[in-house]
Amino acid sequence: MSYITKSPWLVHYDGSSCNGCDIEVLACLTPLYDVERFGIVNTGNPKHADIFLVTGGVNTQNLPVVKQIYEQIPDPKVVIAVGTCACSGGVFHDCYNMLGGMDKAIPVDVYVPGCAARPESIIDGVVKGLAVLEEKQKAMAIPVKEKQALREKELEPGVAVNKSQEAGK
Amino acid sequence: MCDMAVNIGNIVLGIAYLVLAPLIGGLLAGIDRKISARMQRRVGPPIMQPFYDVFKLWDKQPVAVNKAQRFYIRGFLLFAVLSGFFFFAHGDLLLVIFTLTIASVCFVIAAYASNSPYSQVGAERELAQTMAYEPMMLLVALGFYLHCGTFDAKEIVQSSAMNFIYMPGIFIGLCYILLIKFRKSPFDLSMSHEVHQELIQGALTEISGPTLAMIELAHWYENVLLLGFVYLFFTWSPVWSPVVGLAMCAFTYFSDIVVDNCCSRVKWEHMLSSAWVVTLVAGFANVAFLMYMR
Repeated sequence: MSYITKSPWLVHYDGSSCNGCDIEVLACLTPLYDVERFGIVNTGNPKHADIFLVTGGVNTQNLPVVKQIYEQIPDPKVVIAVGTCACSGGVFHDCYNMLGGMDKAIPVDVYVPGCAARPESIIDGVVKGLAVLEEKQKAMAIPVKEKQALREKELEPGVAVNKSQEAGK
Repeated sequence: MCDMAVNIGNIVLGIAYLVLAPLIGGLLAGIDRKISARMQRRVGPPIMQPFYDVFKLWDKQPVAVNKAQRFYIRGFLLFAVLSGFFFFAHGDLLLVIFTLTIASVCFVIAAYASNSPYSQVGAERELAQTMAYEPMMLLVALGFYLHCGTFDAKEIVQSSAMNFIYMPGIFIGLCYILLIKFRKSPFDLSMSHEVHQELIQGALTEISGPTLAMIELAHWYENVLLLGFVYLFFTWSPVWSPVVGLAMCAFTYFSDIVVDNCCSRVKWEHMLSSAWVVTLVAGFANVAFLMYMR
């Protein structure tokens, strides 16, 4: 059991959400739901975070912001898209400036649907994200060379040769 | 021969501090979070939560904007540990206080090492905090010297009556600056676990992963050392008096948690002026009493 699942700190970013989901995210911190009993802390600082909890879809204006926050979080990290807008763009999907769900900007690990997503389902999504976080941490512990060997074993022998040639360039 | 036995005893105590202080400090931090949660009618995290946090941070990817900050943070940890070691190995109180000051200087420089505005403002506030508590720390050492005639912690705990009786003003002053040193709510200006609305994480904004774990560890060492100062006030020659000392340490820590949960953050000007007023009125009056009345 790794410690990262016992102390996930999250940073919350409101993309282009209507604030419905954000209110539900903050409701998780209240005495009724109290996510701190799982060691979850809402840090507000991406450099301290393990989980990127994002609400709302991605548009041309917030695209660089989302990417920058994602890059500032040290590995291992998990992205949780909360609400229908973050999953697919929701009712804003066909707007002229919308790119769609958060997965158009950054790799999303857990989708929490709902408009607005209920605190129970948000907590459930975070708990699902913890399993992914643990997997990622295990993967981090494997040295890069071994990872390459594993990948080459998985690929077709011919493809593997091509890949290693590309890497040689 | 006897001197040598005493010296070895001191070193054993110092080493016990090195081993036990992180355990006690971490547990205190866990109890702190639990009590705070209960005061807000929440369940709260497990008591062991601070340990989980530190172990997790240790496994995270190390990221530093400026690599120099790692050096300064190591200095912060080293000097915080060293000052506690001097204290529990019955070194000179003045030495302890000056070493602790070097630790806080290292922390400020680490915060200044990156160009992030949050970190810079955090560093400035940390400097203001140092200015606020440092005079009182010196008065604590001075008070003990005037009352007991020595800076040696071992002789101070052997005095004939409870030190608190002769230096209540200095104790009040110490309690006031302990709120600053513990980073509790009216004075958690430079960094705290709840500061993120205004300053992200203040001085800690640019510090992450293993370096942040080191800071937590240093704070645990520092907190145990500061409670050691409280202990000096309430322990005298009888064998059972350490019980009183430890009980008062627990009481002081608990009151700080209560104050933390009842107060909102003040502006740095208020912190500085109020800390100096308390130092002047309570601390200085007490020192004058020790110097001239007795």
